[in-house]
Amino acid sequence: MLKQLFKFKGGVKPPTNKTQSTTLPIAGAPIPSRLVVPLHQSIGGTPRPVVQAGDTVLKGQLIGEADGWISAAVHAPTSGTVVDVGMYVQPHPSGLDAQCVVIEPDGRDQWIAHAPFDYAHATPDAVRHYLQQSGVVGLGGAVFPTHGKLTASKTVPMDELIINGAECEPFITCDDLLMRERAEDVVRGIGVFRDLLKPKKVLIGIEDNKPEAAAAMRAAVNALGEQFLVVQVPTLYPAGGAKQLIRVLTGKEVPASKRSTDLGVQCFNVATAYTAWCAIATGQPVISRLVTVSGNVQAPRNYEVLIGTPMGELLQLGQPHPDTDGIVMGGPMMGFLVPNDTVPVVKATNCLIAHSERLFPPKAPEMPCIRCGACAEACPHELQPFELYWNARARNFGKTQEFHIFDCIECGCCSFVCPSRIPLVQYFRFAKSEIWAREREKNAADEAKVRFEFKQYREEREKAEKAEKLAKAAAAQAAKKAAEAAAIAAVESPPETPAPAPTEATGNTPLPAVDPAQDAKKAAIAAAMARAKAQREAAQPKNTETLNADQARELADIEARRQQAGIVEARTAVPPPSDAATQKAE
Amino acid sequence: MMFAPAPFLLKDASVSQVMTQVCMALIPGIAAYSWLVGPAILIQLTIASLTALLAEALMLYLRDKPLALFLSDGSAVVTAWLIALTFPPLAPWWLVTTGTVFAIVFAKHIYGGLGQNPFNPAMVAFAVCIVAFPAQMSQWPNIGLEQSLVDQLNIILGLAPRVDALSGATPLDAMKTALKLGDGQVDIAHLLANQDIYGNFAGRGWEWVATGYLLGGLWLWQRKLITWHAPFAFLAALISLSGALWLYQPATFASPLFHLLSGGAMLGAFFIVTDPVSGCTTPRGKLIFGAGVGLLAYIIRVFGGYPDGVAFAILLMNLSAPVIDLLTQPKIFGLKAAGKGERR
Repeated sequence: MLKQLFKFKGGVKPPTNKTQSTTLPIAGAPIPSRLVVPLHQSIGGTPRPVVQAGDTVLKGQLIGEADGWISAAVHAPTSGTVVDVGMYVQPHPSGLDAQCVVIEPDGRDQWIAHAPFDYAHATPDAVRHYLQQSGVVGLGGAVFPTHGKLTASKTVPMDELIINGAECEPFITCDDLLMRERAEDVVRGIGVFRDLLKPKKVLIGIEDNKPEAAAAMRAAVNALGEQFLVVQVPTLYPAGGAKQLIRVLTGKEVPASKRSTDLGVQCFNVATAYTAWCAIATGQPVISRLVTVSGNVQAPRNYEVLIGTPMGELLQLGQPHPDTDGIVMGGPMMGFLVPNDTVPVVKATNCLIAHSERLFPPKAPEMPCIRCGACAEACPHELQPFELYWNARARNFGKTQEFHIFDCIECGCCSFVCPSRIPLVQYFRFAKSEIWAREREKNAADEAKVRFEFKQYREEREKAEKAEKLAKAAAAQAAKKAAEAAAIAAVESPPETPAPAPTEATGNTPLPAVDPAQDAKKAAIAAAMARAKAQREAAQPKNTETLNADQARELADIEARRQQAGIVEARTAVPPPSDAATQKAE
Repeated sequence: MMFAPAPFLLKDASVSQVMTQVCMALIPGIAAYSWLVGPAILIQLTIASLTALLAEALMLYLRDKPLALFLSDGSAVVTAWLIALTFPPLAPWWLVTTGTVFAIVFAKHIYGGLGQNPFNPAMVAFAVCIVAFPAQMSQWPNIGLEQSLVDQLNIILGLAPRVDALSGATPLDAMKTALKLGDGQVDIAHLLANQDIYGNFAGRGWEWVATGYLLGGLWLWQRKLITWHAPFAFLAALISLSGALWLYQPATFASPLFHLLSGGAMLGAFFIVTDPVSGCTTPRGKLIFGAGVGLLAYIIRVFGGYPDGVAFAILLMNLSAPVIDLLTQPKIFGLKAAGKGERR
């Protein structure tokens, strides 16, 4: 069956370097000497640890509890003893630490009791909850909790469900091997997503440099009697970017300001579908993943690796050449050098590339931009990277937003083609983080302002209430006095007309001479004046309130002299600063 | 821990590769040129290149920039070659030297060096020299003279007397003068047929130099170093305006072909209008930029006082390039007008 394909603009064709790691089937990596399992392995809330140092855990036991809806549970990858719950360096370019559960395996690899999920009788909500508890997250690299993407938009009908098997980054072949060897489970997983989202069509996109994977997937789709369409898309980096694949398969373009579901599309990685099905069919949570070990190694291959395995230990399986000087996590276009080789494999780790200068020669020195426009030609989002660069460099962050910096997916095409060897993506990350930092600052300032204004309002209100109370008391006093006077008068000359019904304020007292309604009005006016005065005082600081130390001293001297001379009675030299002033100082 | 940001794979590309290819693309034009006027043009290219590199080195030194890195980027040589190709081939050595120094020092480095110049340096050199030294800038060799390398070198270095008979005007200039002197009595067909200076379509021999530039330009386009927009718009504007006036009054306005193959039209279309640093960068911007240069060049060369208008037209459009770019930003992925590819 032929399907009309669309094109996205730009894109580059780096050497794919995929064949090295596809010659051998997937192998299981041995249990390492120690597992460091980070709790924060998905976008969203950081799971709370539910084990402590000294606990024994079984394989698949919950060690981190999902924190909120957008968060996914974390499990022990093997049985053993928890030796620490603490901060360890993360596989992240920042090299920062994050909370991890460290497990010393006991070697028995003993599973916790588990049973398949009763999928046939489960409600959609129960399925979503189960996937969250099983730690199923997007394995394409973004690690967004999968259950959070399995609710269709209420307003836009779900047209297409896109399954991403494009795997466009050079060197990475874990999805390719997964589709070749475990296609049926992938297709069953896609079936689960289909059941939850009810799309009109399911399209599985695979780059046309993976004919074996496409054939295996087609066979599995047919064997299971599904209506999914396996589509081979042209090999062009970054065709595996979710937005690019959506464009190629459906013609729809998802801007940064929208979600794909707003356009009736949702996209999942093939490995995500696989882990979702494994969790449902076997009851086993996500504790391992496929990782390609490639680059400067003698034996490139794909391994099924326990989450938490130190990257150095995994890389040793590939027998790195002696000149290896680092480990790249991810592909050569968007990956990064990990801080050291003790950092653990996480759910986002699809590939480890042994780095060497032979494989990736050091970059030539950066030259000035000559505005040649090669980056704009290569940009799959049709941005003007050189304009973004000029403005990011000049710290014109507002301008970078006008040039749509947040539509940049950091695919690296611009840096790849730049003849001046400018690390453009680095500049864009810098600009983005600066903008985020400024927004955080601004939000903090806004919150402080709101707090301050509320405090001011509260104090004014309290003052006004006090004034009102006083005014009321005064009014009551006056009313009482008037009533007494009236009573005396009444004794002297009884009224000719009967008194009106007694009001609440006067109770059973005889009719007052002064109209109580008028009195209340007066009190209200007094209260309003008091309020206005308080407001005025709060709003307008007197000129004596913003004195510096010298002026204050001078003023005090003057007052003292006046006092000595007996000109004025003693009073505070400098009036105590008003509330407004103190609050400002805060 | 070492730090190197992604991507780790890079395409084999560099500024010097870009500049080298621009120089290579000039070679067909230069070959035709030297066949036409002899080795003089090669002497001028050498003088300009050496001057440019020296001036570049001096400025880099003064600006405390790495010498080897920037001298090898090739940008100074491109500027030098464009200057040599736009100046009269037998001009005295100091003329091309002055122009080149001015281009590198003032038009390039004072603005911040590579990538920062708002004006095309070679065109600045041309404009400065034609204003400051109009006589020297208007002496073009008569075609068909047999001169040896030594003869020409002596003329350029000022060791041999400049024989007036050796020097004439450019075909463009000659036509303008003849039309002015003829005062309506002379028509173009007559001029083209009778004056020795004209060939089949335009200046004799010069038409082949222009064709050489055209070939080089098409190669640059095929190599994706330039896009079609600016040259196309430039040539289309030139053809449209000259064609309209030629159809209106063929006796006093030369044909579009004459204009395309005369003066700096072809060199400008493929090597100067396409300068990314001083020109426009957006596709629509390039079209506007090229068309603007084409129209202005025609107006200046036909109605103005200078022999050719390409240089001034480019400088004027360089001025407007930033605004044009700002107003012609293309729509990005996902934010285009709905409809294209989007089905309801």
